[in-house]
Amino acid sequence: MQALQGVNLELHRKEVVGLIGPNGAGKSTLVNVLTGFDFPSEGTVELEGRDITGWSSHRRARAGLTRSFQHSRSFRDLSVRENVEVSALGVGAGPRAARKRADELLAVLGLADLAEASAGALAHGDERRLGVARVLATDPAFVLLDEPAAGLPESEVPQFAAVIRSVRDDHGGGVLLIDHNMALVMAVCDRIHVLDQGRTLAAGTPAEIRSNLDVAAAYLGETAVTGADA
Amino acid sequence: MIVAALDFQTVSDAVATGAVYALMAVGIGLVFGVLRLVNFSYGQLIMAGAYTLAFTSGWPVWASVSTCFAVVIAISLAMELTVFRPLRGQSPAVMLVTTFAIAFLLQAVALIVDLRNDFIGEVATSISALNEAITVGGVEIRKVTIVAIGAAIVALVLLALLLTRTTIGLHTRAAAADFRTARLLGVRVNRVIMFTVVLSGVLAAAVAVILTVQVPLVSPDFALHDTIIVLVGVVVGGLDRLWTATLGGFAIGFASGMINGALPTDNTVYLPSVLFGIVILVLLLRPAGLFSWGRRASAERV
Repeated sequence: MQALQGVNLELHRKEVVGLIGPNGAGKSTLVNVLTGFDFPSEGTVELEGRDITGWSSHRRARAGLTRSFQHSRSFRDLSVRENVEVSALGVGAGPRAARKRADELLAVLGLADLAEASAGALAHGDERRLGVARVLATDPAFVLLDEPAAGLPESEVPQFAAVIRSVRDDHGGGVLLIDHNMALVMAVCDRIHVLDQGRTLAAGTPAEIRSNLDVAAAYLGETAVTGADA
Repeated sequence: MIVAALDFQTVSDAVATGAVYALMAVGIGLVFGVLRLVNFSYGQLIMAGAYTLAFTSGWPVWASVSTCFAVVIAISLAMELTVFRPLRGQSPAVMLVTTFAIAFLLQAVALIVDLRNDFIGEVATSISALNEAITVGGVEIRKVTIVAIGAAIVALVLLALLLTRTTIGLHTRAAAADFRTARLLGVRVNRVIMFTVVLSGVLAAAVAVILTVQVPLVSPDFALHDTIIVLVGVVVGGLDRLWTATLGGFAIGFASGMINGALPTDNTVYLPSVLFGIVILVLLLRPAGLFSWGRRASAERV
């Protein structure tokens, strides 16, 4: 686990913040700390003014702070649509509204044709998108998406970007986006936070980040070399 | 001899036993699915229901049966709230031993209650009218056989509808598939658990009603033997999924009924050895469960 030092990250409603950095920079650790899967030895996590540092992950989720996983674990014996309905019902939607929201999300994530299929039979990339649909169906105030676009065909990235913008613009949510797809991150983020070796390397608008040479060296340079594994 | 024994009566009795065991298997499988808890004390819920029926034998049938359901549901809720919930997250071994302890505790309490009149055993007579035989197509068949099969079918269909068509049912299936993720997605797991516990109590009470008609003498070890056989059947069928567990319960009930019918009357002492011999063979050949196809492949993907 990568230790974090002096990292200060704020996420507001109605904004998309990108979290980037080389592998091992501490991105996943930060997400884990924010969502209650790891607990910090120092420092605090606050949600809308409340100190939630000691809260369990499911308590944070109920309070509107939730996440997707790199390795999404779908409910395998349920259909794809039911997987999404579970989340919408979980936050109090009625059965009809839950179904409608599930169908909407499956459509925008390109899973509509698989709605009736058993989730256990999905290909890896589809299962990952299902994980994103499932977490978005909880209509979160704040959602942390951990490499949601990995494995997504390049042709579907614009549609996926629209999904993220819709969380911000139509649902008033705040999104923390971790992804190696720099085109996606640059296109949808209002601000970008760059981590390297557990520290904040830079933070700013996409334009500022793009012009920041340190970042280019630490991140863009590295992806140029090791881009294949991203 | 064997061919002669496999008549309609034997088959219908075997189906009835399978049906009752299927209901027990669902009760055990539901709780396992959500709580990952093998509830050995499930038989003592049935025993408690049977005693309730015995002690209320003088009451009108509806009152006696409703009291039985109320008592069994109350005990299963009490078990959950006072023992299982505080122990949530402990190792499976701790949980299993705990259910053993509960089982023997309830059995000991039943013995104390039962011995107040200096005799072991009480007789449940309120619904023994179901024990009468009727003639179907020239064959004598006990009414309770038909009731058992009918009740099992109705209960399983209702359960399937409940699990697939309602919000709480969907949440129960999600929690059974992945408890932690379900919780993260806003599923109120304690509500799901209470729902599951009540359902398994309802099934135990239904089984108590059917079993007391078949075996009206109620003693502290009532349904104990059946529970052990059903637990075995559930594991043989595949504990991971409700429908395979249910099929396993039915299969072992049906098999024991058929073997019982096939064995000459003076040789029924061989029943357990034949039955459990088959069980070991099945587990050797299909360790993941008799009805669990493709489980190994999916386990590797995780």
